[in-house]
Amino acid sequence: MNAQMLETILHRHPKDPSSIIQVMLDIQNELYYLPRDVLNYVSEYLNVPLSRTYNLATFYKAFSLKPKGKYPIAVCTGTACHVQGAIKIMEQIERELHIKEGETTPDKKFSVESVRCLGCCGLAPVVTVGKNLHGRIPTSKVSKILKQYE
Amino acid sequence: MAYRSYLMVCAGTGCVANQSMKIKEKLETEIRKKGLQEEVAVVTTGCNGFCAVGPLMVVQPDGIFYQLLKETDIPYIVEEHFIKGRPVKELMFTPPKEKTPIPKLSDIPFFADQTPIVLRNRGVINPENIDDYIARGGYEAIAKVLTSMTPEQVIQEIKTSGLRGRGGGGFPTGIKWETCRNIPADKHYIICNADEGDPGAFMDRSTVESDPHAVIEGMLIGGYAIGSSEGYVYIRNEYPIALDRLQTAIQHAREYGLLGTNILDKGFDFEIKIARGAGAFVCGESTALMASIEGRPGEPRAKYVHTVEKGLWDKPTCLNNVETWANVPQIILRGAEWFSSIGTGDVSGDPWGGSKGTKVFSLSGKVNNTGLIEVPMGITLRKIIFDIGGGIKDGKKFKAVQTGGPSGGFIPESLLDLPVDYEELTKVGSMMGSGGMVVADENNCMVDMAKYFLSFTQTESCGKCVPCREGTKRMLDILEKITEGEGTEEDLVLLEELSNVVVESSLCALGGSAPNPVLTTLKYFREEYEAHVKDKKCPGHACRKLITYTIDPHVCVDKGHGCHVCAKNCPDGAILGETKQVHTIDVEKCGKCGICYDVCKFDAISVE
Amino acid sequence: MGKMNIEDLEKIREQGRYKMALRQGTGRVRIIVHMGTCGIAAGARGILTAAMKEIELRGLHDVIVTNAGCAGLCSHEPMMTVEVLGESAPVKYVYLTAEKVKRIFDSHVLKGQVTKEFALEVVSEKTHS
Repeated sequence: MNAQMLETILHRHPKDPSSIIQVMLDIQNELYYLPRDVLNYVSEYLNVPLSRTYNLATFYKAFSLKPKGKYPIAVCTGTACHVQGAIKIMEQIERELHIKEGETTPDKKFSVESVRCLGCCGLAPVVTVGKNLHGRIPTSKVSKILKQYE
Repeated sequence: MAYRSYLMVCAGTGCVANQSMKIKEKLETEIRKKGLQEEVAVVTTGCNGFCAVGPLMVVQPDGIFYQLLKETDIPYIVEEHFIKGRPVKELMFTPPKEKTPIPKLSDIPFFADQTPIVLRNRGVINPENIDDYIARGGYEAIAKVLTSMTPEQVIQEIKTSGLRGRGGGGFPTGIKWETCRNIPADKHYIICNADEGDPGAFMDRSTVESDPHAVIEGMLIGGYAIGSSEGYVYIRNEYPIALDRLQTAIQHAREYGLLGTNILDKGFDFEIKIARGAGAFVCGESTALMASIEGRPGEPRAKYVHTVEKGLWDKPTCLNNVETWANVPQIILRGAEWFSSIGTGDVSGDPWGGSKGTKVFSLSGKVNNTGLIEVPMGITLRKIIFDIGGGIKDGKKFKAVQTGGPSGGFIPESLLDLPVDYEELTKVGSMMGSGGMVVADENNCMVDMAKYFLSFTQTESCGKCVPCREGTKRMLDILEKITEGEGTEEDLVLLEELSNVVVESSLCALGGSAPNPVLTTLKYFREEYEAHVKDKKCPGHACRKLITYTIDPHVCVDKGHGCHVCAKNCPDGAILGETKQVHTIDVEKCGKCGICYDVCKFDAISVE
Repeated sequence: MGKMNIEDLEKIREQGRYKMALRQGTGRVRIIVHMGTCGIAAGARGILTAAMKEIELRGLHDVIVTNAGCAGLCSHEPMMTVEVLGESAPVKYVYLTAEKVKRIFDSHVLKGQVTKEFALEVVSEKTHS
């Protein structure tokens, strides 16, 4: 993350320890993970002990300490998606990409994880790739969707 | 000149995901092409509710409802409907198993049986246009409050109305406000909980997306009543559209001086800030949520002292959820009596004596009409699922409906005539919860569903107290054992015992209600547990260790001519056979994913 | 717009009234302009515009204009039907011009008195008598 982007994010929020989660979310939204050097800097800037920042980064599901793929895939595992076969979708993605949930492909293109309800239950089963949402996908369409990103 | 017609295009999360913004652009292009841009306007609205058939639009003033739109449909609609006045039948809604399309939105059963109060503006206003909200009577309630009511009168009105918390617990809102107001402090806070964490629930997202100003106005009224000048909306980071619309709405309200100092020239100050949640289910719990706003991990604390007394930064804090706040302006405008005329029971003597007003539910799972609905309290589950929801998908048999998310329970067919209200749902072991309603059919396994919810709460347990952290883990172990065919009858006894311990000894409501899905399935679907334990069978055909897939050789050859589709799709290479010949499944190799079952067009594959 | 007081709110509400009536499909009067092929050829679009202009000029909030297909009386185009809520039957007006539309607004739409000279029933009575 370049210094300018980080400054922009920091200036969006009051310089107060209570802003830490909001700042971390902005960084996560940009990079899809929280690099260690950035966390060091942010902790010092907001006067939050690094141990606390680490605590937050591991407590909240939105945060990731590991870099994700260029196209992070999130399989919704909310109730509606579960009853419509979210597990099958996840398995199919794992098979297509030859990685397991929580992993990233060697070419750093895709990473896959499961997320709790995205609130589009009417479209179940739902998968997001980056910021795009794909709904009502049958297992047989998974490879077609992934191909769009190659 | 004024427009003669408005095309209300749904821009809720669901429809946007289905490319409704492209539909909007195409409409605008076509309308310009035909020179209708002075007569016909395209408006983007919040979630229409009928997510099952999106992308969709409603043509007003005719009230014609168009569904499942594609860009290629647009030129035809513009020519036929907007120029020649002939609504396009092919794009209207036709109920499953029927042939005649229903042209008007108001005649479609999904909408006809609803009572919108919270969602009264959905599909009518552009949520990003504050003037639209004002034109629908918006900010009239806060004007009324500031000119003619004392804070005590406002609280009395809310108390009389019988409004109870829509986030799950059902605590009487007026009492909460009164208690908070009466705690002396230099500062009071208001919080709107929009951290909709229940899987299978999207009411709050939709409400914020379709009518953000209603939430703001509700908070303003609450602020005045409680004596607070600062509010927070705690909203999920996973809801980008809702977040964006809320930010826009707050900004517009500020520009109009409806937030800030000396609001409407009446000497009242109020400001709203947004705090985003970072994906922790437990933050739906009030003390955890407040910790999160303060920048700390969302761990609940024991509530010897309630948050109305010591909440955010140890100040008296009044927290209500999105739907509760959105009800407030309408109660003020139309009166407590009107509100309490809807619903069940009597709240005149006892604030817990009934469930008043409406409830918004997100209806999903195996029903035909998935989407967002608002119904009067006291409506039966049967009416919701079979009339509004249009019954079960693909003509399958209803098995259970799950209400209240991971904290709620499963309700079987024998209880479908149960009136939906706080007390009745609790009585049968479930709860109102925030309003998720997921329907399961004969192909869902109740043990698997219980396991699903428990694994959810287990992962989301913050780990602070032992019963929740360890108890749910052990319960999950037992459920896994059962679904793998290793369970014994003693396990069922132990499971029930553990459930009761977790319910009674957990620190917060997350643990206290986590066993509900297990307890209700044990109560209403015990035979399914027994089938797993005794016969090593899964009646819902969901537990992989307990099922086998087989191909009927006759159907495969006679009807399907050995089409080979199953073999092509099998990820395990477990299907043997050449095109035009009989196919068989190698049980050793079969991973039981069920893909062959899904792709076979000839129903040659069965599961036992 | 800057900071508002209660009167400003009322103004915005007033300005948006017609828009909201349309979007909810509610109105006291509904005017349907028949726009089949022959209707359009006979100038139905002009009639539609004329009706919208009348609404605008008079600042009406409760009159809705929509279009519909051919009414089956091609020889009498352009036509429109005026329906006043709570009144017995909708009235069809035929051989319209912008000027006639104005007069229909004056009497039928505003005062509830059918403008008999342009109405279909009256015309047909004449031809049969």
